[in-house]
Amino acid sequence: MAEFVLSRLIRMTITIFVIVTAVFFATRLSGNAIDFIIGEGITQEDRRILTVYYGLDASVWEQYWRYLGSFLDGQFGLSFHERRPVSAIFAERLGPTARLLACSILFTVAVSLPLGILGAVYRKSWIGSAVMAFAFLGYAIPNFVLATLLILVFAYTLNLLPVVGDATPWHFVMPTLALSLYLVAGLTRFTRNAMLDVLNQDYMRTARAKGLPERRVILKHGAKNASITVLSVIGLQVAGLAAAGNVVVESVFSWPGVGDLLVRAAILRDYPVLQFGVLAVSIAVILVNTTVDIAYAYADPRMRLRGR
Amino acid sequence: MADLASHGGIRSLGLGAAGRPLRGLADLWVEADWIRRLAAVAGLLLVAVAIATPIIAPFDPAGQSLLARLRPPIGFERAVPDHLLGTDELGRDVLSRCLHGLRLTLGLALFGSCIGLVLGTALGMLAGTLGRWCDTLVMGLVDIQIAVPFTLIALLLVAVFGSSLDVLVVVLGVYGWEQYARIIRAEVLKLREMPFIESARASGASGLRIAVKHILPNVASPLVVMFTLAFSNIVLLESTLSFLGLGVQPPIATLGSMVGTGRDYMPSAPWIVAAPAVCILLVTFVVQMLGDWLRDKTDVRLEER
Repeated sequence: MAEFVLSRLIRMTITIFVIVTAVFFATRLSGNAIDFIIGEGITQEDRRILTVYYGLDASVWEQYWRYLGSFLDGQFGLSFHERRPVSAIFAERLGPTARLLACSILFTVAVSLPLGILGAVYRKSWIGSAVMAFAFLGYAIPNFVLATLLILVFAYTLNLLPVVGDATPWHFVMPTLALSLYLVAGLTRFTRNAMLDVLNQDYMRTARAKGLPERRVILKHGAKNASITVLSVIGLQVAGLAAAGNVVVESVFSWPGVGDLLVRAAILRDYPVLQFGVLAVSIAVILVNTTVDIAYAYADPRMRLRGR
Repeated sequence: MADLASHGGIRSLGLGAAGRPLRGLADLWVEADWIRRLAAVAGLLLVAVAIATPIIAPFDPAGQSLLARLRPPIGFERAVPDHLLGTDELGRDVLSRCLHGLRLTLGLALFGSCIGLVLGTALGMLAGTLGRWCDTLVMGLVDIQIAVPFTLIALLLVAVFGSSLDVLVVVLGVYGWEQYARIIRAEVLKLREMPFIESARASGASGLRIAVKHILPNVASPLVVMFTLAFSNIVLLESTLSFLGLGVQPPIATLGSMVGTGRDYMPSAPWIVAAPAVCILLVTFVVQMLGDWLRDKTDVRLEER
């Protein structure tokens, strides 16, 4: 077991290091960032001063060394645009994103668990078909189209909901819906499949044979067992998907969160901000994956031997 | 078992022995329910429209006419007779722009998914056949690719190389390679132990020959399914990037960028957004429907990301 954990940790460290390095050299490939920050029409002298100011005059290796060092002082470098520590900028943006994600995941769970169970129990009637059709729609509608159509209907036509920012609870309605549909579709399908697996088990027949009411059989014996697999998926996949969807939804609704920040940073070529965002998200994903791997290995000894 | 299943899959996809493809497709059509048939017909129509766009588009997609700006579709007040779906903020014909956008979106997605297919298959084959350090390297790259959400990679690439058509093609081409690579590698590892590969090796066939003549045909079926799924995801990715202003640059338009730029005029001229948005929905519906169908058909276990 210790050997397995160690090998996982080593691989995790290597992966993180490779990503950190790749991200750095990728951002330096495009030539001097000064040209983009300042634009044309400055004198050579000013250009030189600015290059020194942004620390772009040093050799690539020195910049790389400095970049690694910037992780240690907790600032993660200065934003090209705001000249503030990247960590401070992200700290401001984290709250709104966390609130939106929490809202969306709560909504997703609240909607898709009952839908998935219904879809599995009534899989042969029109209810099951309706659930699957809904799940299909959720996959097929891109979240920016949904967001735009929601704005068109609820803000401009019916004048019911506010569009920009996160000031009141009403501001959460449309972004949550836009972000959740895709997640709801995924989780509903998953719950349905997990439930279908459980419904065929012997202990379900036993529960029915004991004379328990159908409702109790399905909720207590079925859903409870299916929930174990479902929960493990919520943590992994839903969080990953939410991170991607966030970028779009936040920038549509001008939500003052991390996703919006990343899109702006990409357009303005604010490399320190962008690279930190990419690194933070990937490292989070890697940490979660490694933890899950180790947890599985702990629970199931066969996993330890398989290695990969 | 594995190669039996994949052979069955190949035939039912119409890729089997010579002379069978048409029958395979006909079988598929007979088995399908009405909604899938509808999707198949709509898909063919979309492709036909995209190919014929230069002929059937009524106007030049970039041709401005400032006198007829922001006119609504025919049937509404203030409409101008020639512009079926109205005009945008520069007086360009929305229908023509939608058609050209559709053509570009489908073309980009096709091109991008072909690049991903070739890249991923080649790497997966290399990893599976060469093994050792090559395998470790490729699978390490796959691990990294899985760890970083693709939207972020796309943002990074666009930020570094600027947003242009070439960069967009590269970004779309990189998408999905790791899924091909993983599946192909796993299949190759399974196939390598099969008797027919062993006999090929024994009769002195080179590694390349075995890979191309014996292994590739046997992984064709999962490849086709992955390709459709990747295609639909790439359509979404392209639209999303263009919508965010990170894809093609004006005056060229894809459906996504039309929705993105049209947003500013939404209160007064909703049709500028609505027309391309409906087109995107149509495309994604059809593509997803056909992808699902193929997946059901071949029953390849694909790991959802």
